[in-house]
Amino acid sequence: MSDTHAQTELFVRHEMIPPSEPPALETGAIKWLRENLFSGWLNTILTILGLLVVFGLARLFLPWFLHGVWNANSLGECREIIAQTWGPDASGACWAMIRERWNQFMFGFYPRELYWRPVLALLFLLVGLAPVLYSELSSKLVAAGAVIAALIVVLAYNYGVWLPVGMLVTIAAVSAILDARGAKWPRNLLWFSALYPAVAFWLLWGGSVWLPFVAVLGFVLGFIVMRLVSAQLGAILGASAGAVAAVLWWSFGAGPLDEALIGMTGTARPFWLQTVTSDQFGGFVLAFTIGVTGIAASLPLGILLALGRRSDMPLVKVISVGFIEFIRGVPLITLLFVASLLLNYFLPPGTNFDIILRVIIMVTLFAAAYIAEVIRGGLAALPRGQYEAAAALGLDYWKSMRLVILPQALKISIPGIVSTFIGLFKDTTLVVFVGLLDPLKGITDAVRAAIEWKGIYWEPYLFVGSIFFIVCFSMSRYSMYLENKLKREHR
Amino acid sequence: MSDPHAITREIDRSHMTVSDEVAIQITNMNKWYGAFHVLRDINMTVYRGERIVICGPSGSGKSTLIRCINRLEEHQQGQIIVDGIELTSDLKNIDKVRSEVGMVFQHFNLFPHLTILENCTLAPIWVRKIPKKEAEEIAMHFLEKVKIPEQAHKYPGQLSGGQQQRVAIARALCMKPRIMLFDEPTSALDPEMIKEVLDTMIELAEEGMTMLCVTHEMGFAQAVANRVVFMDQGQIVEQNEPKEFFNNPQSDRTKLFLSQILGH
Repeated sequence: MSDTHAQTELFVRHEMIPPSEPPALETGAIKWLRENLFSGWLNTILTILGLLVVFGLARLFLPWFLHGVWNANSLGECREIIAQTWGPDASGACWAMIRERWNQFMFGFYPRELYWRPVLALLFLLVGLAPVLYSELSSKLVAAGAVIAALIVVLAYNYGVWLPVGMLVTIAAVSAILDARGAKWPRNLLWFSALYPAVAFWLLWGGSVWLPFVAVLGFVLGFIVMRLVSAQLGAILGASAGAVAAVLWWSFGAGPLDEALIGMTGTARPFWLQTVTSDQFGGFVLAFTIGVTGIAASLPLGILLALGRRSDMPLVKVISVGFIEFIRGVPLITLLFVASLLLNYFLPPGTNFDIILRVIIMVTLFAAAYIAEVIRGGLAALPRGQYEAAAALGLDYWKSMRLVILPQALKISIPGIVSTFIGLFKDTTLVVFVGLLDPLKGITDAVRAAIEWKGIYWEPYLFVGSIFFIVCFSMSRYSMYLENKLKREHR
Repeated sequence: MSDPHAITREIDRSHMTVSDEVAIQITNMNKWYGAFHVLRDINMTVYRGERIVICGPSGSGKSTLIRCINRLEEHQQGQIIVDGIELTSDLKNIDKVRSEVGMVFQHFNLFPHLTILENCTLAPIWVRKIPKKEAEEIAMHFLEKVKIPEQAHKYPGQLSGGQQQRVAIARALCMKPRIMLFDEPTSALDPEMIKEVLDTMIELAEEGMTMLCVTHEMGFAQAVANRVVFMDQGQIVEQNEPKEFFNNPQSDRTKLFLSQILGH
C-alpha cells in the first residue's frame, strides 16, 4: 500500500465494454485499395505503371485472339478470311486448326470407329475417382453423376454400341445394393474404383475381357493369402506371402485360365473388344493413360519408400535410400531411354514388353521417389508424442502408421504430393523422345507437317497448353479443397 | 507448507487397498543413453492397488523409469516384469504389456485428426477388436467419468489443456488397463486447469487403480499416494509413505529437494 504512487487513482470497472463495428474506412474494397495499391507515392506510381503494362499487352494480343477464325480448311484460308474481315494488316489466330484436328489431338491414331472406348474410359475414370476424392455426397456430385450417365447414354447411341449402358447399369445396380446394405454414396462406389484399372485396360487396349479379369484375380488371391498369413505370422511375412502368391498366380495360373475362358467365349460380343495396339495411342489418350496410372501407382509406392527410409531395419532402409537417391539423381528422359532401348538388350529375344507399360513403370518409379521424400518430410514434422501415444495404446507398427501417423503426415504433405502429381502429368509429354505421340510435340509436329497447316505456330501449343493448364489447375484446386476440409485446428 | 494445489476434499479410502499380488517387478535395471548412465540399478516392486508418486529434480530419470515400464524406452540390463510378462525385444509381449498399461503424457498427445470419441475408441476397436458400437458406449462412459461427454464430437484442438488431459486419461481408461502411468500430467497446464486433472486422478485412485505418477504435485502425493519415491541422478534415493517422507526425510538430497519445492 505504501508503494502506491501518490497520484495513482483507484480504478474499478463496473461494466464491461461490448464489441463494436470497426470504422468504415477500415473495411471493404476501399481499405484493400488503399493498403495494397495506393499506400504511398511509390506504390501509386508502380500501380499506374503496372496498369499501363497490362493495357499494352492486352492491346497486342487481344485483337489476335478476337480475330480468330473457327471455320476454315487450311492456314491460307484462315489468313484470307482475316484479311477480308479485319483489313490486310490485321493479325489473327487460326483456331480452325483445332476444330479440324481435334480428334488427332485427343486420340492420336486410335481407330475412329472406336473413339467411344477412350471416352468411356474417361467418364468411368470420373466415376471411379468420386469415392476416392469425396467422402460425402453433395448436390454437385449428384449433378456430375447425372451428366456422366447422360453422356454415356449419348455415347452409346451415337456409336450404336450398348456395352457402355450395360456397364453403367451394372455399376449403378451393384452400388445401389451396397447402399441398401449400409455403404453410403459415394463410398459404395469404391469397389468400382478398385476394379477401374482392369476396366480401363480392357476398354483402351481391347481384346478378351478375361485377361484383365484373371490379372485382378491375382490381386484378390494375394490379398486373401496376406490376410490369412499375417493373422498367423505377422504383417511382413503376410505381405511377402501375398506377393509371392500373386506372382505365382500370374506366372502359372493366369495363363491357362485365361486361355480356357477365351476358348469358351471366343470373340463373342460382350467378352471381346477389337484389339488396339500401343502404337495407335497418341494425344491426350496417351497423356491421360500414362499420367493417371502413374499418379495412382506412385502414391502407395512413395508411402512405402518413405516408411522404408525411416525404418529401423538396415536392409529395408538401405534399399529405400538407394532407390530414392538413384531415381532422383537421374533425369526422367534417361529412364525413358532405358525403358525403350536398353531393356530390349536384357530381355530375352522375342519378348514383347509393351512400350506404354514400360514408360508407365518408369514414370511411376520416378514420381514415387519424389513423393517418398515429400512424405518423409510430413513424417518428420509429426511430434514424437504421436508415435509414442499410438505405441502406448498397444497399436502395432502398421496399425499406428495407418490410423495415426500417415493420416496426419499425408495431410501435411498434400501440397508437395500434388505438386509431384502435376509435374508427373506434365512430364508425360517427354514420351515423345521414345517415339510415342504425346499431344504437345508428337501430335503438334504431325499437324504442322500437314500441307494445309504448314506455318501454324502459336495455336496448337496454346491449345495443348491450355488443356494441360485446366487439368493441372483442377488438381491444385482440389488439393486446396482437401487441405481446407482436413483442417482441424480451432474449427 | 504452502501448496497452491493442496487437496482439500475428503478422500474416500474404502477401495484403496493394496494387495499382495505383484503388478510390476523391476530388478537390477540399468539404462544408458549412449554413454550416459540414466538409470542405475533400479529395484522396485509395485503391488496391485498401489498409488506411487515418483518425484525428483529434472534429469533424475523419473520419466525414463516409467517409460521403461511400457517399453517406450528400452533398458539394457536387468529385468522388468509387468503383469507377469517380461519386457524383452519380443514385439508381441511389448504390445500385450502396452495394451494392459495405460499412459498419460505431459503433452497429452491426443490424435489431432480424430474427434474426442474417435481418440477414445481407436485402440479398443483395433487392438481389443471390440465392435464399434460397444467401443463408443465404453468411451462415452469414461468421457462422462472425466466430465466432458458433451465434447465427444469435437476435435482435440478445440479443447482447453485441462480438458485435453482429461480426454487423454479417458482414452487410456477405455483400454481397461490394470496399471496407469502418469508422466508429469499437470506440468504443461495453466494453473487453473491443474485442479480438474488432479480431481480426475484422485477419483481414479479412489477406485483402486494401480498408479505410478511422476509429478511435482506434492498435495496430490500427500492425499492419495501410499508411497513416495524420490529419485536423483538415475537412482532411487529414498522411498517412504508420504507422511514420513514429507515430515521426516532421511537423506540430505531429499531434504534439499523438499526445501526447494515446498519452501516458498
